[in-house]
Amino acid sequence: MYPSRFRYEAPRSLDEAITLLREGGDDAKVLAGGQSLVPLMKLRFASPELIVDINNLPGLDYHREDPDGTLHVGALCRHVDLERSELLKSKQPTMAAAAPLIADPIVRNRGTLVGSLCHADPQGDWASVALALGGSIVAHGPGGRRTIKVADFVTGPFQNVLEPDEIAVEAIIPAARGARAGGYLKLERRVGDFATVGVAVAIETSGDTVTRAGIALTGVGGSTIGATAAAEALVGEPLTEQKIELAAQLAADVSRPRTDHRGSAEYKRHIVHTFVVRLLSRADGFAERAA
Amino acid sequence: MSQALDEIKIGGLGASRKRVEDNRFIRGKGNYVDDIVLPGMLHMEILRSPLAHARIVSIDASKAWEIPGVHLVMTGEMMATRNLAWMPTLSYDTQAVLATDKVRFQGQEVACVIADDPYIAKDACEAIDVTYEALPVIVSPAQALAPGATVIRDDKENQNDNVIFHWEVGDAEGTSRAFAEADMVSRLQLHYPRSHPSPIECCGSIADFNRATEKLTVYMTTQAPHIIRAAVALVAELPEQMIRIISPDIGGGFGNKVPVYPGYVCSILASILLERPVKWIEDKTGNLISTGFARDVYLDGEMALRRDGKILAIRMHTDSDHGAFFSDAQPSKFKIGLMHSAFACYDIPYAHMISRGTYTNKAPGGVAYRCSFRVTEAMFFQERMVQAAAVDLGMDQAEFRRMNFVRDDDFPHRTPFGFLTDSGQYGACLDVGLKAVGYDNFLQQQEEARSRGRLLGIGISTMTEPLGAGNSREYDILGIKMFDSAEIRVHMTGKAMVRTGARGQGQGHETTWAQIVSHELGLPADDITVEEGDTDTAPFGMGTYASRSTPVAGAAIAMAARKIRAKARRLAAHLLEVSEEDVEWELGRFYVRSAPDRGVTIQECAMAAYSNMPDGMEPGLQNQSFYDPPNLTWPFACYIVTVEVDPETGVWDVTNMVAVDDCGVRINPMIVEGQIMGGLTEAYAMANMQFITFDAEGNCVGSNYMDYLLPTAWETPGFELHSEIMTECPHHPIGAKGIGECAAVGGPAAFVNAVMDAISYTGVRNVDMPMLPDRVWEAMKYRRDVSGAPPVLTDE
Repeated sequence: MYPSRFRYEAPRSLDEAITLLREGGDDAKVLAGGQSLVPLMKLRFASPELIVDINNLPGLDYHREDPDGTLHVGALCRHVDLERSELLKSKQPTMAAAAPLIADPIVRNRGTLVGSLCHADPQGDWASVALALGGSIVAHGPGGRRTIKVADFVTGPFQNVLEPDEIAVEAIIPAARGARAGGYLKLERRVGDFATVGVAVAIETSGDTVTRAGIALTGVGGSTIGATAAAEALVGEPLTEQKIELAAQLAADVSRPRTDHRGSAEYKRHIVHTFVVRLLSRADGFAERAA
Repeated sequence: MSQALDEIKIGGLGASRKRVEDNRFIRGKGNYVDDIVLPGMLHMEILRSPLAHARIVSIDASKAWEIPGVHLVMTGEMMATRNLAWMPTLSYDTQAVLATDKVRFQGQEVACVIADDPYIAKDACEAIDVTYEALPVIVSPAQALAPGATVIRDDKENQNDNVIFHWEVGDAEGTSRAFAEADMVSRLQLHYPRSHPSPIECCGSIADFNRATEKLTVYMTTQAPHIIRAAVALVAELPEQMIRIISPDIGGGFGNKVPVYPGYVCSILASILLERPVKWIEDKTGNLISTGFARDVYLDGEMALRRDGKILAIRMHTDSDHGAFFSDAQPSKFKIGLMHSAFACYDIPYAHMISRGTYTNKAPGGVAYRCSFRVTEAMFFQERMVQAAAVDLGMDQAEFRRMNFVRDDDFPHRTPFGFLTDSGQYGACLDVGLKAVGYDNFLQQQEEARSRGRLLGIGISTMTEPLGAGNSREYDILGIKMFDSAEIRVHMTGKAMVRTGARGQGQGHETTWAQIVSHELGLPADDITVEEGDTDTAPFGMGTYASRSTPVAGAAIAMAARKIRAKARRLAAHLLEVSEEDVEWELGRFYVRSAPDRGVTIQECAMAAYSNMPDGMEPGLQNQSFYDPPNLTWPFACYIVTVEVDPETGVWDVTNMVAVDDCGVRINPMIVEGQIMGGLTEAYAMANMQFITFDAEGNCVGSNYMDYLLPTAWETPGFELHSEIMTECPHHPIGAKGIGECAAVGGPAAFVNAVMDAISYTGVRNVDMPMLPDRVWEAMKYRRDVSGAPPVLTDE
């Protein structure tokens, strides 16, 4: 790997990191897991002049739950931590389903959830999961902290609303207001491939009734797509076959896939439909194998 | 009474001895080209063309020269002044070293920079300002052959179109007659997509020219160091004794490291100009977009059939895409390599093939990848056509194969394309495979499953392929005959060293060569070291590819060992004080026929060769052999795959895979099994996910490992290997046949046939590889063939 020349700093405090970012302006980049940034630098698609490595910042490698059920994921929490998390397995079915499907084991050892959200790749899996769950990002800047809804955080492919001197320090997944169910299905050509199609579904139920629903789509548009109408169609009523079919249709309608070497637009839209049905009806074993 | 040696215990033939080379590989102690650091060494980077077809208007390198640490910037113009802008290819064409007039594929070498370190060299490459004038781009044979198509090779006199060759083989008249008399004709059009050998270690070289000694030493990633030495001597007109090619440990080759690449040539010239060592290490993208690829052939195939299932004749028409230069690295006199080895395992009276090669604006070098010069395409086409014909006839696919197989007592068998197969038990191998997979049972399950909406399929692939080029009558590289050689030195304490002109890249030569010597001389394999890859020390050889090392170099080792044993016999007679005729041999020991207790070991003979030889005998115990094989070796394989296809998504899972390989005598069964598993994994990759394609502008899709997919342990299915059937090669000294590529050659059709069988209810005849889920789904939904390379990005 022969990237362009760059300055490397590894600050030991958040304030120091913010100061460095302020100095670097648009030519500075934050390095956490490096699983997206480093390949871009290798190919010289990205040539930042300053790298601010935040791996020495203390106290950012957590993921924990508040008493009310709100989940906090720190900026240095690795995918592998989430993959192995008992907390996720018991409380967060959508996240627990997605964690083992993030890239491959080598990437999962280093990459971070918060970094993935910041990278804003339309093929990033966590973005759909966070969107379906109604998550937020906490940004830390010179003026203090602000919380930004994931839905408002990404402005386009590889673009987010962070100021050059802000660092995303945490992701927040709000507490469920009922029983939580859901999952993530990803069609990929091979482990470690980007999603041909990914679908995240998160629903909360009270009794038979769906109280909240989130559906988000990976890899079928210029950015992660929240299938809001599909989700809303489920709320306030029990999950019936007709409702599931309607939601699947609405989700497929809102997808904007392109034909490429991973498949035709028509096929991808069909897979969105199929995966929404499978996730909502907990379909047969093929769902697991397809993913 | 002495106990005869146990051959397995001493690591002889048939011993699954652990690979001795792995000791250093696993410990990170291998020594690859990039590990080598020479004093004063500089680093070279190559500037590649971003466009697939464009005229070079100007190259301004002044900014690159100004960067501190830059020693040299080379362009085509400068190479031309030394007559090195173009070089000959192994297929009697020319290839640009650095582009002068035009660039003809994306990734073509345009300039290179030599600097203190690779970072500076890369920065300087970016500072070179090249002005291009874009030209129309051609990315398929159909475009290349279209009337009025831009002529890609306008550098060549009398080249007025994009046709490289038009070549025919077989009996056109007899074939036409057979088709006229046929009850039925089965036709299939196929595409074998472009793929890449993709060794983990990319190509690279360190050229070190010493002005004082006039000696040029080149460390390089080559599978054939002696051929490189010959090429450098002939092209650069350097005296051959002053050229030393060292091929150190190689991180995989698969055919990718046979050709001569511009990077090698540039590093050599740079070292001569600068009088310092110059290292060039290719990056992954450079390797994938510019070096020897594989396949990219279209087939129009027809089979003339009698109603009872007898194949009467074959007609094949191939269109092959060779990229911008015809640089196929293959040693046969046949333009399309050994494509006409197709159907060699079937007894077919007539066959005819027409092959057309075309230039396109894609990377050159179409022959590599675990394949004896297009036998992979040949066997894939064969087994897809066989399955389609069985379906057309309404016959059981296994029985159709069996009734057309060459019979066990019909060897040597002359194929209608002119090859002479040597031996085999085809029906027996098929029986083993069918039994292992539970064929009859599966057919029942399949029917039951279908009634419940589940799609199960079974695919068979049976084939024999020609491995081990030469013989020297029919095979040569630029006139150099395809033989091989080996040299064995037995030291005085009975230890030994073997050198060959082959060059292993992971095949385990250091392990298996010792086992051949162990078998012939009775020396423990652990007492024998093996050395390859240095042209100053290794005897001449044509290198390692096309599964030719055991058939040729391995045979040379056995023959050299036999010469040593003959001399040891004379030493034994001397030591035992009897005449040579009275001496008998058992593994590792000579004894007196009339008194078996009286004997001497091979080690005692070795000591005598240095300390107690009879009067008039030359001292020492070493010998060599040059082996010119009488024929290719013909292993046979039967691969059977079962799959289940998800009707909703087109995703398919392999539920079982059985491999029956008859490769003659297995020197090291563990290594053979490793070769088969590796080949099956590659076959699965081809069938399932792997391809390189190009968009309309000639941009390569597959230039990195996110796009060009290597299967991991996660998705690769398990394989059940069978070795019950063993047919010795009748003309190889130890009865061995090639095995390195069988599974990669015969495997893909088994996977594809299985998926096609699962969706046979649709009536679809073909889905071209890779059988990505969307393509299988499209075939099921629209009940139509899915042909050609997968589409690339399109704007809706």
